[in-house]
Amino acid sequence: MNLTQFLTIFISAVFIYNVILSRFLGLCSFIAISKETKPALAMSLSVMFVTTMSSIITWFIYRFLLIPFNLTYLRTISFILVIATFVQLVEMIIRKIAPPLYRFFGIYLPLITVNCAVLGVAVLNSDMFFTNNKAVTGSFYYSVFQGICVGLGYTLAMLLMSGIRERLDYCDVPEAVKEFPLAFIIASIMSLSFLGFNGFKF
Amino acid sequence: MQKLFREFLKGIIKENPTFVLALGLCPTLAVSVSVINGIGMGIAATFVLVGSNIIISGLKNFIPDRIRIPCFIVVIATFVTITELTMKAYAPALDRALGIYVPLIVVNCIVLGRAEAYAQKSTVLNSLFDGIGMGVGFTLALILISAIREFLGAGTLLNHAVVKGFNPVLVMSMPSGALLIIGLLLGFFNILKKRRA
Repeated sequence: MNLTQFLTIFISAVFIYNVILSRFLGLCSFIAISKETKPALAMSLSVMFVTTMSSIITWFIYRFLLIPFNLTYLRTISFILVIATFVQLVEMIIRKIAPPLYRFFGIYLPLITVNCAVLGVAVLNSDMFFTNNKAVTGSFYYSVFQGICVGLGYTLAMLLMSGIRERLDYCDVPEAVKEFPLAFIIASIMSLSFLGFNGFKF
Repeated sequence: MQKLFREFLKGIIKENPTFVLALGLCPTLAVSVSVINGIGMGIAATFVLVGSNIIISGLKNFIPDRIRIPCFIVVIATFVTITELTMKAYAPALDRALGIYVPLIVVNCIVLGRAEAYAQKSTVLNSLFDGIGMGVGFTLALILISAIREFLGAGTLLNHAVVKGFNPVLVMSMPSGALLIIGLLLGFFNILKKRRA
């Protein structure tokens, strides 16, 4: 466990392999909720929270339940169930103890259950930080940090995109590419510029 | 019979999951680098769709309404695990090429979308044909996108060189190429829709 490893995880999760622009995870929410900045920010923060928490939870499940009992083939089922349950629980807790927060985040939380980014991080963590069914040194910290960084990458792409689309409201665009097609074309140009981060190494 | 055929056909053009419903775009973009990958992903997703559609429509009277989503997810995840293990055993190269996108079929909106919007209200036979139609529509869309990307990005189709002296546009094999092509295709289908209306 050392600092360069953390820096590499940060650079690759936020810039080089950005969840949205390079891995295409969470694309549906990215296109659907990026019309204005405020909802985009709310969605991004909830995604960041859920990716971090699910990284922690799924690490414990993988390390202490699936590996000792030789059940790693149940990874997909157990991860998605735990994530879905966790998101539901968070929604209930927020609704009970912080109604204003619920009005801000509430409608986005259920959407996150089927956000590929969340399950994607959990699967990536178990692929990257476990070799031959053994946890690599510091694997827990790497997993949690990767969860945070993927959330950061999502937030970055989301904020850039919503900023651009707010301006686009004042532009005269061809009828055929209005809304979704144009969003994809903008994402393509953004992804092209993120390509410039390729080759960053420590 | 004709009605069943219509259930099958609607998934291919009128309600094409990719171009009309805009569902399940994440795997579509990620694996469409080559036609082989596209077909592999299409077949895997079709299997999961058909399987989960049959089971969910069969169990629709037993699943309580309030916890239906977790129930659907368990059924879908089971079929995804079957696909994952089969692919690891019999097509390891394809499994490596598709990577994390195989387990991610669980959260593919097409599968859960069809379960929620169609299978839980329909008979087993109708759901079977709906699943096949949606799966074939998804596979055809994947083949279309991956053929364009493979041709422009590598100058090949199914790993065979088609045009001599064609300089590949490498960026089409990269993520930004995928986003550009899906954007243009969606725009193109919008024009077609307007023409017909």
